[in-house]
Amino acid sequence: MTKRDRTPKTYTRLTRPLVRDSRDEPFRETSWEDALERTARGLRRHRGAFGMFSCARATNEMNYVAQKFARVVMGTNNVDSCNRTCHAPSVAGLSAAFGSGGGTSSYEEIEHTDVIVMWGSNARFAHPIFFQHVLKGVRNGARMYAVDPRRTSTAEWADGWLGLNVGTDIPMAHAIGREIIHAGLANEAFVERATSDFEAYRALVEPWTLSLAEKVTGVPAAAIRELAHAYARAERAQLCWTLGITEHHNGTDNVRALINLSLLTGHVGRYGSGLQPLRGQNNVQGGGDMGAIPNRLPGFQDILDPAARLKFESAWDTVIQPHYGLNLTEMFEAMEEGSLKAVYCIGENPAQSEADSEQAVRRLRSLDFLVVQDIFLTRTAELADVVLPATAGWAETDGTTTNSERRVQRVRRAVTPPGEAREDIDILCDLATRLGHGWKYADAEAVWNELRSVSPDHYGMTYDRLERHQGIQWPCPSTEGLEPAHLHGRLWERDPERRGRRAPFGLVRHDPPVDLTDEEYPIRLTTGRRLDSYNTGVQSGSFASPLRRGEFVELCPEDAEHYGVVVGEEVRVSSRRGSVVAPVWIDTALRPGLAFMTMHFPDEVDTNQLTIEANCPIAGTAEFKASAIRIEKLPAPAYVR
Amino acid sequence: MDLHFGDSKPTDDERAAVDALLGPPESSWEGADRSDADLRWARGGHRARDRRDLLLPGLHAINDRIGWISAGALGYLCRRLTVPPAEAYGVATFYAMFSVAPRPATVLHVCTDLACAAAGASALCSGIEARLGPGSGVSVERAPCLGLCERAPAALAVRAGDPVRTAVSAPAGVEAAVQAASAPDSAPGERPAADAVPQAGDPSLILLNRIGVVDPSSLDDYRAHGGYTALRRAFALGPAEVIREVTDSGLLGRGGAAFPTGRKWQATASRPDRPHYLVCNADESEPGTFKDRVLMEGDPYALVEAMTIAGYAVGAHQGYLYLRGEYPRALRRMRHAVDRARARGLLGDDILGQGYAFDIEIRRGAGAYICGEETALFNSLEGYRGEPRSKPPFPVEKGLFGKPTVENNVETLVNVLPILALGAPAYAAIGTAGSTGPKLFCVSGTVERPGVYELPFGATLGELLALAGVRENLRAVLLGGAAGGFVRPDELDIPLTFEGTREAGTTLGSGVVMAFDDSVPIPRLLVRIAEFFRDESCGQCVPCRVGTVRQEEALHRIAERTGADAAGDIVLLREVGRAMRDASICGLGQTAWNAVESAIDRLGAYE
Amino acid sequence: MTAIPLGVPRRLVEFTIDGQEARVPEGSTVLDGCRAAGKDVPTLCQGDTLTPKNACRVCVVEVEGSRTLVPACSRRAEPGMEVRTDTERARHSRKIVLELLASSVDLSTTPMVAEWIKEYDAKPDRFGPAAARLNEEPKIDNDLYVRDYDKCILCYKCVDACGDQWQNTFAISVAGRGFDARIAVEHDAPLTDSACVYCGNCIEVCPTGALSFKSEYDRRAAGNWDESAQKQTTTVCAYCGVGCNLTLHVQDNEIVKVTSPHDNPVTHGNLCIKGRFGYQHVQNRG
Repeated sequence: MTKRDRTPKTYTRLTRPLVRDSRDEPFRETSWEDALERTARGLRRHRGAFGMFSCARATNEMNYVAQKFARVVMGTNNVDSCNRTCHAPSVAGLSAAFGSGGGTSSYEEIEHTDVIVMWGSNARFAHPIFFQHVLKGVRNGARMYAVDPRRTSTAEWADGWLGLNVGTDIPMAHAIGREIIHAGLANEAFVERATSDFEAYRALVEPWTLSLAEKVTGVPAAAIRELAHAYARAERAQLCWTLGITEHHNGTDNVRALINLSLLTGHVGRYGSGLQPLRGQNNVQGGGDMGAIPNRLPGFQDILDPAARLKFESAWDTVIQPHYGLNLTEMFEAMEEGSLKAVYCIGENPAQSEADSEQAVRRLRSLDFLVVQDIFLTRTAELADVVLPATAGWAETDGTTTNSERRVQRVRRAVTPPGEAREDIDILCDLATRLGHGWKYADAEAVWNELRSVSPDHYGMTYDRLERHQGIQWPCPSTEGLEPAHLHGRLWERDPERRGRRAPFGLVRHDPPVDLTDEEYPIRLTTGRRLDSYNTGVQSGSFASPLRRGEFVELCPEDAEHYGVVVGEEVRVSSRRGSVVAPVWIDTALRPGLAFMTMHFPDEVDTNQLTIEANCPIAGTAEFKASAIRIEKLPAPAYVR
Repeated sequence: MDLHFGDSKPTDDERAAVDALLGPPESSWEGADRSDADLRWARGGHRARDRRDLLLPGLHAINDRIGWISAGALGYLCRRLTVPPAEAYGVATFYAMFSVAPRPATVLHVCTDLACAAAGASALCSGIEARLGPGSGVSVERAPCLGLCERAPAALAVRAGDPVRTAVSAPAGVEAAVQAASAPDSAPGERPAADAVPQAGDPSLILLNRIGVVDPSSLDDYRAHGGYTALRRAFALGPAEVIREVTDSGLLGRGGAAFPTGRKWQATASRPDRPHYLVCNADESEPGTFKDRVLMEGDPYALVEAMTIAGYAVGAHQGYLYLRGEYPRALRRMRHAVDRARARGLLGDDILGQGYAFDIEIRRGAGAYICGEETALFNSLEGYRGEPRSKPPFPVEKGLFGKPTVENNVETLVNVLPILALGAPAYAAIGTAGSTGPKLFCVSGTVERPGVYELPFGATLGELLALAGVRENLRAVLLGGAAGGFVRPDELDIPLTFEGTREAGTTLGSGVVMAFDDSVPIPRLLVRIAEFFRDESCGQCVPCRVGTVRQEEALHRIAERTGADAAGDIVLLREVGRAMRDASICGLGQTAWNAVESAIDRLGAYE
Repeated sequence: MTAIPLGVPRRLVEFTIDGQEARVPEGSTVLDGCRAAGKDVPTLCQGDTLTPKNACRVCVVEVEGSRTLVPACSRRAEPGMEVRTDTERARHSRKIVLELLASSVDLSTTPMVAEWIKEYDAKPDRFGPAAARLNEEPKIDNDLYVRDYDKCILCYKCVDACGDQWQNTFAISVAGRGFDARIAVEHDAPLTDSACVYCGNCIEVCPTGALSFKSEYDRRAAGNWDESAQKQTTTVCAYCGVGCNLTLHVQDNEIVKVTSPHDNPVTHGNLCIKGRFGYQHVQNRG
């Protein structure tokens, strides 16, 4: 057998619109006029059964226009983006606790804190420059704890690594909470003044003794106790998490369980003490902030709030549906049911990024009309009726994006897009015009200024100021001053009036992963990112990374020995949903019964055929982090020594 | 830390060598077999990284056992200590005594430095190589000064194993050196330390009075000869008074810089930052210097007692003795003395029942002259490359591990004993007003009785040389070693004091007095000095790293030239020398041109 | 509660530079003062994001009362200090340092050096044709970096950036000693066998072009590197949510290299492999 070709699939830029009359035909190039007319027709046909997939990688300005397109042109709140597949639970959890869905701290604060907890986050790989701030903190003396099933590169820096079972974050968090309460380390003044439901929380965590937690999480009681005491006794502490917390069927509950610890100890709302969900894409934060989510209007304003609706209705001269739209997950379900017939997908690749990707493809195929606007002919675009060539947001357009510390920063056009590719906003406005709304924006700044006029928290951020300050963190209500870089300082105010709404403890219960391991599927597969690759590899596949070695199923040495497999040997990896063939890699960071894969090389090994579409009912995020698999040695060795 | 390790694995021997130093690994993350517990909880972080200072002892452990440091051994040591392999490699390649390439288990270091060169080292080297022939299992390495100048030419054999074996051959002939290398255990014993002290037994000696008199291994003998009276007196006085005594005594540092010891102690003692450290600089590497070796070999407890007093005065509870790697006997004697003192309660938690805790850890250098520079020594102790730090901040503020530190030379510390025994006024009465007390001189070269001499400050160069038996045809005297300067035979009335030598436009340095007759051409000596500085430059700053190379090149060019033929290169030497002196980071580069300059100007070496 | 840290208020230090009064905040270096006063003090190893190493010694100045010259880049300004930047003594050392470097290292891609050599009347050739040089061949062992140590002045900046000051990867260190010292990975292995994560943060700080992006190296070799035709535009990286600022260097509508502003609060001039090198997909234009 020949050696497997490890060169990742590289994609070539789209330079002309593509159309086809039926899905059986190949695409043909066409004019913009033809493509847009077809699109307008397709969308017009399905007003009322329409969904917009906005883009967490595009600018705030584009997301603003996209959600406005959905709400004004298409009259629906069915607008969402791939934040659903990653951090929607963070937003939901933080909003429920504090009324606002952003991380509470800024990066610089982690350099000046005393204890750092990295929970379900391999920031060393996934957020390398944020991790530089973490390491500054560590070099300044902060102690660091890592909670992660794998002993990742991040965990290797930790003073203590807690290798819990996948999906046992809530037992771990509750046991920490109970230990803090029992050791008399809770911040009673803060709990009393700034939180609610403490008694219920106390009762909730009471059964979670250290020894029960040890049994459920697999982590020694002493380790849990050490982390609990370190976090509670710290003068300042930062709790950071990534997809290890959110990509579960109960991701929002996981987030709430972590937030509880900050409420219990008062590690929120102060400089150096806070919560930091690390966002996976350049504008996951901004997409939601701009209203490209089904339940909020731009600037975090609730669709159910009549005053907010009224403001936007008069600003946009339209009527806004007084109910939440469908989120991405629900839109996929609606495709299945047939109630969603047309989708406008901008810059996303759900055919490969969704859990249970076969199902996602089937559902996309069932659409009556699919228009994909992207810079490449992605797997999703291959399913479309019309493909519109767009520009790369970060290098070919002007605008802004918002990062994990809520910093809005300027994106600038540096290169001229190829061929006939057009900017997203330009395409959206052209379509809106064809559909009866004569939108015209002189440039991205004009869009931004419209957003500023309707979003008080962005009002103070003129392009001039963004340039001058190298970005500004929201909230920024005034064009004169700057607010503190951390959120929720109000919780520490003496005056109850200014303190505002109490932060409720989240009364969440342990619920193990849906995809249980058993004799047939004995191995827990978890997923994540590697340092040099990104998501489905469409962007990152094109540069010659010396680190890249393609997709592998990573096993611990003991399991590899058990299955009699060696590095490079191809094995069959099967879950209850699908099956792939992947070569083996051996990683000592894993333990028996735990395997790891990424989704970076779906054209080579489609990992998401294995993952389960078990969704968080609140945020809609799927349980990418916990599938049950089995490993089978292939009959003949499929590798060459 | 997320360290990267290659595929190389340590051998059982290499692993055993490291484990013998560090104990067995605690977890699989440190190199043990994988256990279930390891896969659920790992502790590391600050605690794991805090052991960086054991890197140099770890490299020694491997080198001692195996003779060189393989990739597998280095990787294992790095895993044990949480040190990045690239950094450990940088450290291992910094020191001349280590090799990262395979080599025979036995290394014979043959000194080719000034005194030994004058005593025929180059013929010795080629003789040894010829006698051993290829494939002998002995690696012959030409070494800078081994500190055995009173017995030139000298060779040091090191045979790796468990334990490592060493043998000194000095004065060495081809046969004796080869025997030392091929059978270090059965080589004839080294001569007693007292043989290096021609004045031994003279009751008027203050610093050397016990050498040749006491049994250097016996604590009781030491106490029977006045040992530990100074420490008792220190406890009676209290730290502040001890510092006052040392200040009033006028004691100046004997390592070469002549900084007032009392001021250094006071500055450290008064720093609020804790802990304080005491470091004894026993990395005696200045060519021609061997007094500290003789003190440690002949009277080791004196140094233990003196360090204890210094630690007490400056508020330190931990002392480090950084001992030259090429001094195996001094190392044995000092280790023994420290162990005995600890066993007798003279080191440890409660010294003499006074409630004062102090202990001494001995760390070995590994062949780097630069580590005698105080801040380079800190870096070396901490497990980094022995590169000097920029000052300020000075060690009294941020020294070892960034904490207030007193660093003193061996001879300086030993002077504290008579200061406390005699009292500051009586001590200060010895010597001159500007240079108080007794001084040790290392006399070598063309004299009848080379060795360590003790004279009160103020004796003249001529008096010292007369004592040592200067020979006819004296051509030049090198004062202060390679970093010092030459004087002429008609300048023997120079008083041997800090101020006297300064006035005469030369330096006392660490007390080297090396006499040369006309059998050795001066330009050849200068080339050897230049080679020394080129080899020993750490490479950190440009003036020294490249300047020492250009200096050596120029001296090679004019080795056989005089007058106008040499004039251009002498201009070059002056210009480069001036920049090295003005712009180098540390004393090495700043003094690398001193001896050459003095030979040109004072001796007229190229006229 | 902990308020926003205001920092300890910094006093002003008053001293003189070439006889003129100078005032800098406490903790500033002599070089900060010199630059504020418009004094032209050359620097090579100094970096705006790194702790001064003061290894090159080209920034030396005279300070009254100091036995030796003082590196302006690292010496803190002290009250009453009398600094002289342009004395014969300081100029002599700078000239010799330039001669020593230029006679041993290929400085052809080091900015400013040619002008300084002229200004200080340095004559590197006077050490003769036999003067030892580094004599290193470019190391090209991967598709992203070139390490041409013939151009290395051993300023330690790459080691510091890779090490505890920023990246904490520790892929490289100084190995060997003296004139033979070189930047190396363990056992002088190729970069591909090292801890290197190809963040390029070493290239970002390299002052001589010893470290360069392969894209730049190849274009230079082909005679197709034209900085005057390059436009720099700062935007935001698209690879994760951290929001690193990227400065795209564009020549003929091609991104030819990527840097980051050194004063940026998110990156401080640092990037990861994706931000630094992951731009190619945009210009796969068919």
